[in-house]
Amino acid sequence: MNIFVEIKESFIIAYNAITGNKMRSILAALGIVIGITAVTLMQTAIEGINRAFESSIGAIGADVLYVQKFEWFGKEDFEVYRNRKDINLQHYEFLKKYIQSASSVSPTVGSPRTVQYGSLSLESVFVIGTTEEYQKTVGLNVDEGRFFTSKESEGGYPVCMIGTDVKNGFFNNMNPIGKIIKVGSYSFRVVGVIEKQGSMLGLFSLDNRVIIPITKFYKLFGTRRSVSINIKANDLNNLEETKEEVKSIMRKARKIPAGGRDDFGVNEQAAFKDTYNQLTSLIKVIGLLITGLSLIVGSVGIANIMFVSVKERTKEIGIRKAIGARRRTIMIQFLIESVVICLGGGMIGLMISFPISLIIDAFVLPTAMPLWVVVLGLFISMFFGVLSGFFPAYNAAKLDPVESLRYE
Amino acid sequence: MSTIIDIKNITKLYEMGTEKLYALKGVDVVIERNEYVAIMGPSGSGKSTLMNIIGCLDTPTSGDYVLNGKDVHEMDDDELAEIRNKEIGFVFQTFNLLPRSNALHNVELPLIYSGLSKTARIKRAEESLANVGLADRMKHKPNELSGGQRQRVAVARALVNNPSIILADEPTGNLDTKTGEEIMALFAELNKKGNTIILVTHEEDIAKHANRIIKIRDGMIESDTYQTARH
Repeated sequence: MNIFVEIKESFIIAYNAITGNKMRSILAALGIVIGITAVTLMQTAIEGINRAFESSIGAIGADVLYVQKFEWFGKEDFEVYRNRKDINLQHYEFLKKYIQSASSVSPTVGSPRTVQYGSLSLESVFVIGTTEEYQKTVGLNVDEGRFFTSKESEGGYPVCMIGTDVKNGFFNNMNPIGKIIKVGSYSFRVVGVIEKQGSMLGLFSLDNRVIIPITKFYKLFGTRRSVSINIKANDLNNLEETKEEVKSIMRKARKIPAGGRDDFGVNEQAAFKDTYNQLTSLIKVIGLLITGLSLIVGSVGIANIMFVSVKERTKEIGIRKAIGARRRTIMIQFLIESVVICLGGGMIGLMISFPISLIIDAFVLPTAMPLWVVVLGLFISMFFGVLSGFFPAYNAAKLDPVESLRYE
Repeated sequence: MSTIIDIKNITKLYEMGTEKLYALKGVDVVIERNEYVAIMGPSGSGKSTLMNIIGCLDTPTSGDYVLNGKDVHEMDDDELAEIRNKEIGFVFQTFNLLPRSNALHNVELPLIYSGLSKTARIKRAEESLANVGLADRMKHKPNELSGGQRQRVAVARALVNNPSIILADEPTGNLDTKTGEEIMALFAELNKKGNTIILVTHEEDIAKHANRIIKIRDGMIESDTYQTARH
């Protein structure tokens, strides 16, 4: 027997059976519709979060180490951290003097402050004190004007760089270079505007900032704060060696005896990534469980309808068997019917989730439904079609022709 | 004449719980090609069971059955399905057409299960419908046809795959006398053209159309007589 003729016939039968019971088929497919909508939307959302993360993580810099008082995502008890001494400029200078495997080193301190221009005022602008090397260390580009010079940095000149949020808040279309703004109650001359950086994970803006010389920062806002030392490694591939060198220099600078524990953290992008991956894989697992559950419920619904459909068409099965349909033929007929219902449900699910993904893209976070999610959605629908159709189809296939013909 | 059905000592046992019931208690039948046989008997006599076994819808508990040279009593489900498809044309009392398919598709169905190409199927189904006088009703669905026309569609379906035998189970049971006579005339014509026909009925009037009458009672053959058919 020709299998293609059989399958083609089965599609026609499935089409007739489904359109003959429109409402029932729609209700049966509803569970799959919801399941596929959930699966694809979740994948799309994760895709969006990943993209946001990838673009944000760039701001941290893969080849930059951050020597700080604490480790990011430290897992020790609070006791270990409580009595750590601040990191100060002497540590920075010691490190800068001895390090071999770094192309640039810069210290930063920062705090949120109110910034004013004339009668305009911006709250909680992040004010960073650093040196001219900061530009090189974290790879900042200047949009207009220039970065402050080493002379300005060392001399503690009242000059500043501003982020695009500050520029837009104060100057609109005016040229900001040379304008005087107030940080706290102190005046600074704007010498440059930093290129737009975007936001960190969509949570806070990296452009809402003012950068001033660190010596000026200390003079105006005090020295009682811990410094973060940013170190750009010579070679990304030797980051581990640079990290070891930084550690040993820092241990000398902080006079830690041999065998003593580090009382500082050397942080890097990878730590961020690890934590992020842990978090998202948890979200993925939970999402998978929830969407998997809805698909199973949907599948049970379809299996139920298929059992009813087989029962109702017992006579038809008897007739088909009497005139020569084999078990396989009947099996294929009902399997295809269930796959068609599930695939239909899956396609409706995709038709619902695709516009929603566009809405998410436009208003929540930039994302897109990748093609593989569409393919996956259809594949899952087909899988559940076979799964839910199998037992009803098997039951139909093994019906006794004599009894089926007698069935009314 | 060549033998088309050779049944030897067939029994059929039904077990219902602890109760054992023999529907057939050892039946021997030999039917030659181009015979027109009526199987008669009251309800419960075992004639339906015999018909189901002849039609390969059911298998005997013991005994031999050779259909058109093929030993069928030990075949599995799928092999029996193929035999039903190629060797047997069923005509039922209740027509048993697929209600949602038109006449042409109903007649085409056995050819689908034989795996014929679409064009060959359509051609043969159309010929078969024309043979029973329904050339102008091919696109009609069963509920748009009269009882007699439905039974003609069923006959066309039974004939479409050139089977060895046509097995008709009370073919006039759901028809009025006049239409019933028309169907019987159609069978007589088919028999004249060389088809082997086995008719299951309990009506003497209908059985008169056959050349041979086999009477069944209590699972055994009561009589097997030849007669001149009255058409």
